[in-house]
Amino acid sequence: MKAIAARRHHRQAPVVLLVLALLVMGGVYAAFATTSADATVVTQSDDDVEAGRKLFAANCASCHGLNAEGRQNAPSLVGVGAASVYFQVSTGRMPMQADAPQAEAKPPQFGEEATRQLAAYVASLGAGPAIPTEDQVDPAKGDPASGMALFRTNCSMCHAASGAGGALTQGKYAPSVLNTDPAAIYTAMATGPQSMPVFNDMTLTPEEKRDIIAFIDAQKEGAPGGLDLGQIGPVGEGMWAFIVGMGLLIACAVWIGAKSS
Amino acid sequence: MTTTRLERASAGTADFLDQRTGIGVAVKNFARKIFPDHWSFLLGEIALFSFVVLLGSGIFLTMFFVPSMTEVHYEGPWAPMHGVEMSEAFASTLRLSFEVRGGLLMRQIHHWAALLFMAAIVVHMLRVFFTGAFRKPRELNWVVGFTLLILGLAAGFTGYSLPDDVLSGNGLRITDGVVKAIPIIGSYMSYFVFGGEFPGTDIIPRLFTLHILVVPGLILALIGLHLFLVVLHKHTQFPGSGRTDGNVVGFPLFPVYTAKAGGFAFIVFGLITLMAATIQINPVWNYGPYDPSPVSAGAQPDWYMLFLEGSLRLMPGQTEYVIGGYTLSLNVLIPAVVIPGLLFTVLGAWPFLEAYATGEKREHHVLDRPRNAPTRTAAGVAIVTAFFILVLAGANDLIATHFEMSLNDITWAFRVLFFVAPVFAFWITKRICLGLQRRDRDLVLHGHESATIVRLAHGEYIEVHKPLDEHELWLRVNYSSPRPIEIEPAEDSRGVRRKGYRADRIRRRLSEFFYADRIEPVSAEELAAARAHQAEHHALLEGGGRHSAALPAEESTSTTVDVEATSDR
Repeated sequence: MKAIAARRHHRQAPVVLLVLALLVMGGVYAAFATTSADATVVTQSDDDVEAGRKLFAANCASCHGLNAEGRQNAPSLVGVGAASVYFQVSTGRMPMQADAPQAEAKPPQFGEEATRQLAAYVASLGAGPAIPTEDQVDPAKGDPASGMALFRTNCSMCHAASGAGGALTQGKYAPSVLNTDPAAIYTAMATGPQSMPVFNDMTLTPEEKRDIIAFIDAQKEGAPGGLDLGQIGPVGEGMWAFIVGMGLLIACAVWIGAKSS
Repeated sequence: MTTTRLERASAGTADFLDQRTGIGVAVKNFARKIFPDHWSFLLGEIALFSFVVLLGSGIFLTMFFVPSMTEVHYEGPWAPMHGVEMSEAFASTLRLSFEVRGGLLMRQIHHWAALLFMAAIVVHMLRVFFTGAFRKPRELNWVVGFTLLILGLAAGFTGYSLPDDVLSGNGLRITDGVVKAIPIIGSYMSYFVFGGEFPGTDIIPRLFTLHILVVPGLILALIGLHLFLVVLHKHTQFPGSGRTDGNVVGFPLFPVYTAKAGGFAFIVFGLITLMAATIQINPVWNYGPYDPSPVSAGAQPDWYMLFLEGSLRLMPGQTEYVIGGYTLSLNVLIPAVVIPGLLFTVLGAWPFLEAYATGEKREHHVLDRPRNAPTRTAAGVAIVTAFFILVLAGANDLIATHFEMSLNDITWAFRVLFFVAPVFAFWITKRICLGLQRRDRDLVLHGHESATIVRLAHGEYIEVHKPLDEHELWLRVNYSSPRPIEIEPAEDSRGVRRKGYRADRIRRRLSEFFYADRIEPVSAEELAAARAHQAEHHALLEGGGRHSAALPAEESTSTTVDVEATSDR
């Protein structure tokens, strides 16, 4: 302790302290932020519906109405189904934080149990798409090649060919799907949240949805050929050609031509 | 004197060649050729060496690429494509990427080299423009270089369309749209280009022939002409003491520049390879084989075509008219043909425009400092600004997502900026140039501030200025500043209207646009007067120095005695 005390006025002391403080903060955050939202399907019981009703009344009813009948700017949830609740709540989009062009994904506000209960309550209000089973969203069971073709025809015009996302009108956007969990991808297709169209089982069969999930999963294997520069295509490549390529070459040219006569 | 075997062998070879071709004279002259030294003269070399890399890697790629649109089913190792129907061009690109040893590296080397080739051409062109290196006798070489820029665009466009992926296919679809927008002959031209209805099965083989034969052949020939003209005209040099339009100050080609350029070539090769080995480029396996139905978000061309994409994105779509059953697509024609046509015409014709406005016939071998040609510099910045706005507009969706802004607002902002920003850039650049010229003038007349304020015996305060040395003076006074040309009056002495007056008046207007705002360079008389004034100061200081040196301590807040001259930079 004495050795530390003797060095407390050392020049590097603030830096060391800062590093330590950051480590502690990071550690604490990591410990609390690991609540993941895995898709597990548990049979709904009346208890769940009742618990969900209470959660709904406490957290959602102020906008969606006490009976989920909807208000101005908040749609009715009768008939949207458990899948919709699962997507919106497990990705943190609901409860909505601010009135933005579209609800942003953020760390989920409810745990798995509470999400399931909310879903059970909303599903009890009227029939709608259900939360998929684990089997339905298992990337290993899908065909990535078929998924690639389906993705290109149905998804890439908004989410881009790589799935990295793209812009929509008036500040709305199609988010990146590269790190979205399979059940959320499935429920998004089934319910068409926000600007997204609904891809019901007539448009894309459950098997085709699983193929798409398999294709997106295949993207995670890493990019052949090196750094992917955020997968934003030629604009990113051009920018780096100037920053890295021309930047370094001009630096070399300055070095070579330094001894000006 | 002893000679090694190697020396004897090389001497013998040289002698053999010299006796049969007389090449010794050429080698001697060439080796002694003097080139001036400046880093910005190496920018063109970056383009040249990138082109060498393009040729080498391109030859490798042709060994494996199959320029055919025959439909096949993919059977290679890339799982997400198993069994997918695609053209042979796309399948062979996948084979190059995943099966041919070193194929992906070569593809990436080729593509990065292409991006750098175009970047180097543009930066080199900017250097030539802003330093006035295109003036007589080099106007023709400017046109050659400008043609090389266009050919570079053509090479890039024909090249990135070859893999027949969705992204480049979207680009071809846009090309098809642009061709069809040409009035009257549009649809016939489209059928002619694609060999039938888009996309047909002819376009990839046709682009291939253009890309590996016609365009590179032309580029190679024009590079030869470009370099020949550089040697013929001798290289320009930056202004500085001892440099005139009649000499070239620098080092000989051999050994200095052979070593420097040779070394730089390897730096360029190395950097391109390093980028290709570590950074992914054009991952066609993400985009998938071309199919006319899907269009993906974030579909953009390579950076050098991005201004066209931006131009199309900015144009409001309502400007399509149907006249007597025929469609006039101004919404495509204006952004894809008229706007780039205007910008490029101004750029290509600039040397002639400037020569016309100046009315000068003499040769220029000493470069201009950009500040000494305010209108040219301002116009250059304005053109670059317009291009840059179009490039940004081409990436408007990425700006929207990455900076969380509304796509519509960005598009409107760029629509306005495209017209406003170049004018503003022109005005502000010109003002900055004129300001710098005034500052130069001031510096020449008064010298460097020495931060020494001296009180003379009779109570007067003067600031001591350190006069500029000869080198500094040369740079600041030794340039030409053309005046607007004078024209003869509209009527002669008998009151008869003069022929050619109208043309002269246009020329006068152009000349005024260029040279009406000007700062007169310091003349010899002005300099002599300023020197005399400074000498007067010095005399005062010498005479009364002892009395003035001691300032009261509490007053000398900003006073330091005998401080080094502050630099003007």
